Amino acid sequence: MSQPVIEAKGLNLVFQTADGPVQALKDVDLVINQGDFVSFIGPSGCGKTTFLRAIAALEHPTGGTLTVNGMSPDEARRMRAYGYVFQAAGLYPWRTIAGNIRLPLEIMGFSRAEQDERTERVLDLVELKGFGKKFPWQLSGGMQQRASIARALAFDADILLMDEPFGALDEIVRDRLNEEVLKLWGRTGKTIGFVTHSIPEAVYLSTKIVVMSPRPGRITDVIDSPLPRERPLDIRDSREFIEIAHRVREGLRAGHQDD
Amino acid sequence: MTRVLPVLTVLAGIVAIWYAAAVWMNATWVFDQAQRAGTVVTWSEVIPQTMTQDRPLLPPPHQVGAELWKGLFGQAITSKRSLVYHAYVTFKGTMMGFGLGIIAGVLLAMAIVRFRVMDMSVMPWAIISQTIPIVALAPMIITLSSQLGLQGRDLPKAIIAAYLSFFPVLVSMVKGLRAPDQMQLDLLRTYGAGEWATFLKLRLPASMPYFFASLKVAVAASLVGTIVGELPTGAIEGLGARMLIGSQFGEPLIMWAALFAAAILAGLLILVVGLVERLARMRMGVPA
Repeated sequence: MSQPVIEAKGLNLVFQTADGPVQALKDVDLVINQGDFVSFIGPSGCGKTTFLRAIAALEHPTGGTLTVNGMSPDEARRMRAYGYVFQAAGLYPWRTIAGNIRLPLEIMGFSRAEQDERTERVLDLVELKGFGKKFPWQLSGGMQQRASIARALAFDADILLMDEPFGALDEIVRDRLNEEVLKLWGRTGKTIGFVTHSIPEAVYLSTKIVVMSPRPGRITDVIDSPLPRERPLDIRDSREFIEIAHRVREGLRAGHQDD
Repeated sequence: MTRVLPVLTVLAGIVAIWYAAAVWMNATWVFDQAQRAGTVVTWSEVIPQTMTQDRPLLPPPHQVGAELWKGLFGQAITSKRSLVYHAYVTFKGTMMGFGLGIIAGVLLAMAIVRFRVMDMSVMPWAIISQTIPIVALAPMIITLSSQLGLQGRDLPKAIIAAYLSFFPVLVSMVKGLRAPDQMQLDLLRTYGAGEWATFLKLRLPASMPYFFASLKVAVAASLVGTIVGELPTGAIEGLGARMLIGSQFGEPLIMWAALFAAAILAGLLILVVGLVERLARMRMGVPA
């Protein structure tokens, strides 16, 4: 159960911009094991999103090694290793919810019957049963984001990469969706990479918290959470929770001292 | 009723101004006639005479209406004197040009969005092409196509119409095909979607609102192009030819009736395009 799924060794990524090169990631070493729920937290510019995008082969490292399931990120994509959830739901307005979930399945060439079967299943998984025929504008922001998670789950990737998926939602909706993501994780046993800038969200969700800092983007602390996998919402008032949150805050502050 | 009232008000205003202008412009002829005959006419005698001339400078609305009615319903629609027949000829040319323009506009837009070289080389020429007056270009296209041994005027007319109608389609489609943002493109990349899949699943559907918006402009441009294509060098069919005959033989009523027939045709075409657009929008889940 604890096989390494994502391994980064001495990972560097430099963007060439008009203002000269920008070191987005510097000497990043990280191992993510199967079934981990890993949060990446840090201020903007710390490279958390860049790292997630590198795992998804949306950015290409300029140094070091990065493997996903023992393959290069590009190969892993071809093996349908991961589903990606962006900050905005990004549902196609001209497709129904079911049509949106079917999109990756159409591109990957699943049969029509299997498309329908899978769509039904993931709609159920994110508690949107019965909403398949609605158009995106008929759903709330939280429901749209759930639909986009369903879309990422539809083709049975083992890894779910989420880039601030609830960043644009209000706190009440966010709490509920956090609970649901945990439930989903418990049921499916997927490996999840989760970018956030909310300390409570990171601590509440993760088995491993990666604290990052900017200029150059690097890892300053990796915290293995002692919290159990079963997490009711009120775990956030517990001593351990507050201690971990404190350590994350310390890590973030340390990263800022050399500014 | 609240929507019809403003339209009717404006229409009534136009008709009033039109009548006033008709009296003012046609009165000159009445006064000239009277002078020649050595009589003096009063305004109360002049006004009725400005309404019923055979060759008025500006025909009043009821004369145009009567001529239009006669042209549309006064004979079999297959008659060479029927405006329905001429409108059909123009309509046929418009549709051919419209179709040709859509195909050319969409294909060029696809190429421009796909290849940077096309963007840099073709786009400026497309813009320049629209600065050349079509009236100057139309006779050249007609002469050239007859030089190439093309029979009839259908094809050159369609080319002239397409020349005007491809441009709005091209500009809108370039914008529409580029409408998807980086996030939507990244999402498809995570699915391992190729260029063709990206085009079919994302770029093409995302461009549809832009496409339909351009169609209304394109169909009107196509009609103008067809009429211009019917003007030069001895065309005998189509509303453009009717207008030319009216002006050459000093028959303003024929000219005006053809003009109004063209306006009605344009209105109908835009109405149909609008309906098609609404159907497409409904299919694409746009809230009504």
